[in-house]
Amino acid sequence: MGHKMSNLQIHGSLNLKNVACPLNFVKMKLKLEQMLEKQILEVVVDDGEPMQNLPRAVKQEGHRILSVENLPDNSFRLLIQKDGGLKDGR
Amino acid sequence: MVDKFIEDEDNKVSVDTKIEDRIGDIDFNTLKSGGLIKQRQKDMFTVRLRCPGGRVPLSKLGKILEVARKYAGDYVHLSVRQSVELPYVDYRNFKAIYDQLMQVDQEIASCGPRVRVPTACSGCEYNPNGLMDTQKMVKLVDEKFFGYELPHKFKISFSGCPIDCARTSEMDLGFQGAVKPEWDEDTCIGCRICAKACKEGAIECDPRTGKPKYFPEKCLYCADCIRACPTNSWRERIKGWIVRIGGKHGRHPIVGHKLAEFISDGDVPRFIQTIIKWYKENGKEFGRTRIGVILQIPEKWNMFVRMLRNELGEKIIKNPKPPTKNEIHFE
Repeated sequence: MGHKMSNLQIHGSLNLKNVACPLNFVKMKLKLEQMLEKQILEVVVDDGEPMQNLPRAVKQEGHRILSVENLPDNSFRLLIQKDGGLKDGR
Repeated sequence: MVDKFIEDEDNKVSVDTKIEDRIGDIDFNTLKSGGLIKQRQKDMFTVRLRCPGGRVPLSKLGKILEVARKYAGDYVHLSVRQSVELPYVDYRNFKAIYDQLMQVDQEIASCGPRVRVPTACSGCEYNPNGLMDTQKMVKLVDEKFFGYELPHKFKISFSGCPIDCARTSEMDLGFQGAVKPEWDEDTCIGCRICAKACKEGAIECDPRTGKPKYFPEKCLYCADCIRACPTNSWRERIKGWIVRIGGKHGRHPIVGHKLAEFISDGDVPRFIQTIIKWYKENGKEFGRTRIGVILQIPEKWNMFVRMLRNELGEKIIKNPKPPTKNEIHFE
C-alpha cells in the first residue's frame, strides 16, 4: 500500500516511532538542518496525531514528501526531500 | 438603561470633553455612549478604549500607560471584547485623558445601543490556521460602522478559520474564514495524507489506489487537506467568509446560524449595511431588543430572509436557520 519510490537514494534516516508531537517534528527538523538541499530523509512515524500533523508541518517548512508507505505495524514511512517544496504551496 | 448603581437617571455631571457633540452638563447615558462607565465609587468611571480586533500598537500602548499612571487605577482591565479599560478615573479628568490619548489617535470606545468595536482573532498574517484576513476587515468595519445607533447593542466579530476563536455564532453578526477545497486527479500520488490530515472524516481514500473521495457534507472548510497535500493536488476552489446572524451572550444566550457562505471581503460592508438598516427599521417597535431575539419570531425571520434575498441575491444560502435559544431548562 502507498506510493513507493524504491530507486531513490536516501541520505538520512530517523525512527520517530513512539515520539510524540511536537518532539517528532523537532527531531526531524534538526536532522534536516544537517542535510544538504534536495537530499532525502527517511522517517518512520506513528499513525494518529503524528500522521495528522507532521506532513503539514513538513510542507510548511518548504520540504516535500515524495512518498508514503504504510508499514505492517501500521506506522508510516515517509521520504522527505529537503527544500523540495512546491512553489504555490500554502 | 443606566448603571444600576446610579440612583438618579437624570443625575448629571459636568465635563468639558466633547461627547456626541455635547459639552458641559451631560447625563450618564451620554457618557456611556462615549465609552465612560459609572463605577460604584462616587465620581469614578471606567474608561473603555477603542481597540478594534484587540490589537494595540506599542506607540499607543505607551501613551495609554502614561495616561493610566497619571489618572487611573493601578491596573488596566482587558474587557471580554478585547478592549483596554482604565478603571478609577475621576470624571473631572476626562478632558485631560481624552486630549492626551488623542495625541496618538487612541480613541475612546462606546457602550450602549449601537454598533460596538468589532473583535477578531490574531490574524492570518502569522497564525498558520488563518484563512482570511480578520485584522484587515476589523479595521475597515470599525472605521465604517463603529457607533452607528441601533435599537440595542450590535456586536460583530471576525474569525480567520473554523476554529472560530472570535465565536462568530455568539455575535449579532459574525464572519468566519472558510475555504472549499477541490482535488486534482492528475497530480495526486495517492499518498493518503489528506485523509489523515482531515479531522472530520470528509476525505476517504480508496484502499487500492489511495485516491481520495470527498464528502462535502462533512467538510468544515478548514483547508487542512490543502496544507497537508505534498503535491498540491488539493487546492482552493473558493475562499471567503461564512456569515452567522443573531447570536448573543448574556442572561439568555442565543446561537446564531449560517446565513451565507464564501462571501468576499468586498461583500462584507454590504452585508453589514443591509442588516443594520433592517434592524434599525424593524427593531424600533421592540424597544431595547437584540436582533437575534427579533429573528426568532417566524414572520420577522421570513421577512428578514426575503429582504436579504432581494438585496444580496444568490449569496444567501438555500435554507438558513433562525437563531436558537441556549436553553437552561429542558422538557
